[in-house]
Amino acid sequence: MNYIEPHAHMVSRTTDDYERLALAGCRVVCEPAFWAGFDRSSAQGFYDYFLQLTKYEPARAAQFGLRHFCWLCINPKEAEDTGLAREVIDMIPPLLHSPNVLGIGEIGLNKNSRNELKVFHWHVELAEKHNQLILVHTPHLEDKLKGTRLIIDALREHAGILPSRVIIDHVEEHTIRHVLDAGFWAGMTLYPKSKCSLSRAVDMIDCFGMDRLWMNSACDWGVSDPLAVPKATREMSIRGYDNIAIQRMVWSNPFSFMAQSDHFNVKDAVHE
Amino acid sequence: MNKIEILDEYFMDARSKILDIAAMMDRMDRSGGADDFRWHSFLAALHLLNDDRPEKTRRILENFSDPTLTPLDTAPGKGASGAWPGFKDSR
Repeated sequence: MNYIEPHAHMVSRTTDDYERLALAGCRVVCEPAFWAGFDRSSAQGFYDYFLQLTKYEPARAAQFGLRHFCWLCINPKEAEDTGLAREVIDMIPPLLHSPNVLGIGEIGLNKNSRNELKVFHWHVELAEKHNQLILVHTPHLEDKLKGTRLIIDALREHAGILPSRVIIDHVEEHTIRHVLDAGFWAGMTLYPKSKCSLSRAVDMIDCFGMDRLWMNSACDWGVSDPLAVPKATREMSIRGYDNIAIQRMVWSNPFSFMAQSDHFNVKDAVHE
Repeated sequence: MNKIEILDEYFMDARSKILDIAAMMDRMDRSGGADDFRWHSFLAALHLLNDDRPEKTRRILENFSDPTLTPLDTAPGKGASGAWPGFKDSR
């Protein structure tokens, strides 16, 4: 079954991973900007990264028949230096015209600090001004619940932001209800240890249904599995979901959300 | 899935995980060293596992979570430990 990987950090994966994704049925991969595992030393470092996301990574993906899209931002892990954050955010608007850019992301919070929140608001203002979709990262582990609540409150302060144009990612059982009840899309990240296991993701589908919900691997340079989404489809099948339901979860839902961007033109990506 | 089907599919995996938890607790019993907030949160989570209320996963995640809503003045590094240092066991 063909599927969309809506959140993967392919710059930190090998070409072998692209091949495995293609063999598993992935036809579209979407890459939010993220933290490199170390703090970049200058805004120019971010500019180079944005070029990697908008020019070089799409070409690498195309070698394996995958369409590549991306999101731009400075990650909340680097938001404590608000001077650097302002400089990086100011260089984003011209890049929003790149044909594979879907919006602003993954923005959000990491340790729920005042500066992180300030930079989050700046990003939301940028999305508001340029009519961009938003992809939100929620914090890890003990910080996730508080961060999710702060993020929802912050988004509500922006009258121009429609919840239907925002996905709040990395939800778990204690945050998914907050996100869906507020009208946002929710993303479940399938990780081997932290975030959400395959079986827990399908539990959440059992309990909350499939409306405004997607699954992603968020594979990066850490412990993660690029094939988590197709593995979750197997879990859905074990639970009794038919192919139509599975296809909705791994193709139609991410397609519906991202097709709100004019750049998400995937007519040439085969959907069986 | 009915209860038997769930057990057929998930029992062995859950059995393995509960043994890993037991072994980790035995390891803690055999060891010395300082007290730690993560351990108190962990023990409280175990009690939630065995109560008769629904939504154990959500409640255990909340047990490990920072329940406050005031942003921190500055970020204390980048990482997370899995439990909230301010946790107080109310049992």
